Amino acid sequence: SHAPLYHTQYQGVQVIMMLHLPNPGLASKILSHEQLEQLDSEEDEDRPKWDNKAQYRLTCVGFAVGLGNVWRFPYLCQVYGGGAFLIPYFIALVFEGLPLLHMELAIGQRLRMGSVGVWNSISPYLGGLGVASLLVSFLVGLFYNTILAWILWYFFHSFQNPLPWRNCPLNENLTGYVTECEKSTSVNYFWYRETLNITPNIETSGSLQWWIVLCLATAWCLVYICFIRGIETIGKAIYVTATFPYLVLTIFLVKALTLSGAADGLAYLFTPNWETLKNPKVWLDAATQIFFSLSLAFGGLIAFSSYNPQKNNCERDALIVGCVNSFTSIYASIPIFSILGFKANTNYNDCRNRNILTLTNAFNIGDENITLDNYDDWLSHLNNTDPSEVESLHLKTCNLQTFLDQSASGTGLAFIVFTEAVINMPGSQVWAVLFFVMLFSLGLSSMFGNLEGVLTPLLDLHMVPSWIPKEIFTGLICLTSFAAALIFTLGSGNYWLEIFNNYVGSLPLLIIAFFEIIGVTYIYGINRFNNDIEWMTGQRPNIYWQVTWRFISPLMLLVVFLAYVAIEAKQQPTYNAWNPNYVDFPLADVQPYLQWVYAICVLLSTLPVVSIPLVALYKLLGFLKRRIMNRHNQNPYENEAYVGDL
Amino acid sequence: MLGKTLFLLCLASALSEPLCLKDTSDGYKVRISIKTALGDEAYEWNENEMFLFRATLAFAMRRYFNREDFNVSSILVCDETPRVSFWFVVVSPQNASQLIDKADVENAIRMSRHRINSAFLLTDSTLEFIGIPPTYAAPVNPATPPWLIVFGVVMGAVCAGIIGLLVSTVLKKKGLTEDENDEEEAQDKAVENGIACEDLDGVYNRAFPDDERLTKM
Repeated sequence: SHAPLYHTQYQGVQVIMMLHLPNPGLASKILSHEQLEQLDSEEDEDRPKWDNKAQYRLTCVGFAVGLGNVWRFPYLCQVYGGGAFLIPYFIALVFEGLPLLHMELAIGQRLRMGSVGVWNSISPYLGGLGVASLLVSFLVGLFYNTILAWILWYFFHSFQNPLPWRNCPLNENLTGYVTECEKSTSVNYFWYRETLNITPNIETSGSLQWWIVLCLATAWCLVYICFIRGIETIGKAIYVTATFPYLVLTIFLVKALTLSGAADGLAYLFTPNWETLKNPKVWLDAATQIFFSLSLAFGGLIAFSSYNPQKNNCERDALIVGCVNSFTSIYASIPIFSILGFKANTNYNDCRNRNILTLTNAFNIGDENITLDNYDDWLSHLNNTDPSEVESLHLKTCNLQTFLDQSASGTGLAFIVFTEAVINMPGSQVWAVLFFVMLFSLGLSSMFGNLEGVLTPLLDLHMVPSWIPKEIFTGLICLTSFAAALIFTLGSGNYWLEIFNNYVGSLPLLIIAFFEIIGVTYIYGINRFNNDIEWMTGQRPNIYWQVTWRFISPLMLLVVFLAYVAIEAKQQPTYNAWNPNYVDFPLADVQPYLQWVYAICVLLSTLPVVSIPLVALYKLLGFLKRRIMNRHNQNPYENEAYVGDL
Repeated sequence: MLGKTLFLLCLASALSEPLCLKDTSDGYKVRISIKTALGDEAYEWNENEMFLFRATLAFAMRRYFNREDFNVSSILVCDETPRVSFWFVVVSPQNASQLIDKADVENAIRMSRHRINSAFLLTDSTLEFIGIPPTYAAPVNPATPPWLIVFGVVMGAVCAGIIGLLVSTVLKKKGLTEDENDEEEAQDKAVENGIACEDLDGVYNRAFPDDERLTKM
């Protein structure tokens, strides 16, 4: 009785392993290995090529390493208990990030087309995947370049002494500071009022802020000049934009470690808090962070690898890009947190000095008699002699931990927290310029991937009339994106950018990646894929790739997607508004999204992915129509009415 | 007689209210932080410094009213503390029991604030007159904001680069098309295609049977 059971189980596993959806006509749509070799030997291909291997690897690394490595990963590390976060992070990298990365690079290199072409070739019903990637790349490119415009604005302002966000501006009659600035801080005021000129809520649109429009135009021109001849110019630009951030991070690392309070920040970052691993949200955030950090499902990686020579070791490339991306995240978090520790230390000392001044003035004690060292002794002495007076002063309790807890991610980290820290460093202008140029390089190299995910599919499908040269077409795309991104230069632009960031740059990518891996593994066929990789790299993918491609990665993606939706659906979506008239200003005014705004959010999430079923349906209808027409239009030479032996 | 006059004088002086009081409504509190301002080069606050302060204030009053009758004795100081802080009032030079208006004192101090600060090597934040807001320097507004200059430089360089690249692309294409035209002209000369001109009626097709008058089709 044992043997049959074993046999059935084995058969079941074998069925799954051989699960391969029928895909007739696949062989006719893609170039076979022999045809590719012939093409290569003829050197007839007019597809652009990378100048050398280094350019390709640097471009992929530059695409993967972006702003998120600097301002999202350190924040997650800090919030989720420092060193302990690295465990779910690496598990997600090994089981989700690397397999998906390898798959995208391999499929692009094999089919030698952009995302739309690749998925159309694998199966006409999957053509929607390419369209979805294209739409997501376009939408993400819109708001990503707006962030670059803000970085440029700060860069332009870093050439002044003193830095403009150091002091509050004076009011009209020069008797004091502007109230909005006094209530919050000068850094906050410079970001929310002088940069964004933000409206109190998302319904109030405000007007176009001309200074941001200028910076946005500069950002798009910079992207255009790097993109003007496709990978020919990108390949040259990437030498600078991909390596410069590492140089600046090293400089900051050396400087930051010399600042006082750096040790506090580092200890805070790396102290592992193993309790957080029990929280499922940690695992979810680790999985999503790896996924978005590697820039998967944009179609950009497929496009980049399609320009590779055919016999290229994509497995090694995938491992290199994945590991360099994670290493950069960890490497960046060290100077960031040293500087944050320095800032917390400065704030802590300022708090205590303010208390000392209050005590000195209230009790008329000699100037500088109370110092930071003997503050506690003095306080207890004064408390004993005159407790009521001490209480009436409302001294703030200064706690270093509270200041260390003031973490921020995203634009808050770069434009508020970091700028405040830079003011206190000697030679502020140099540090500010270095920091913003580094952020700009990080973002620019990621923009290359975004734009490539839009341009390559359009060029491959020959949707561009041939009389338009590629340079003009690239310029048109940049111009269209610039015009569409003007929405982010309104007074309420920051709120819209948050919406785009949360709803376009998250869910659709998970769905696209899930269908990608299902498409390659089960519709293209894992056996055919293994053969391709063996032909390209010389060795068949080992058991680790097989297991992750077939089971673990799709399962993980599905679980992450469901958990993400479940968590998002539970809470009502709100946003933090900057409202000077708010009762508790400068605390954020938490507002719920209005109905029409929430409808737009849902639309942004579903619009890119709705193309997947739509295209499948369209192709299915076409197929059915052909079947029906074939049944009605019979072969005219076949006369079934004729019976031969009458 | 002398005794009675003395008694009356004492009574008069005892009955009159002291002009300089802590928390008086006609005077100002001054707070000085020498060590914070000067660190190691701090000087000691003593009677001589106080004398200088009263003289500087008298100078400020003179300057404001444009009269030359204020003296050191017009400035009354009281309630000195080790902080260093004290209260002062200004009395009129003609009538020692009449106080100068608080508003006038404030305006006088604001007018000569910088001179008073300089006399003591201090600043607005280390020589405080409680209740008189410090005068802020007018913000320096350059004709063109500096950020526009940097923006102009960057944008100019980028536009020049774009135009340069586009022009070079156009020139390269023109050069290519000229080369192609030259190649085509070279190929336009007639080339023999190998069929012998003698057999102009072609090659006989033996597979075609020409002895059937009616074809089977």
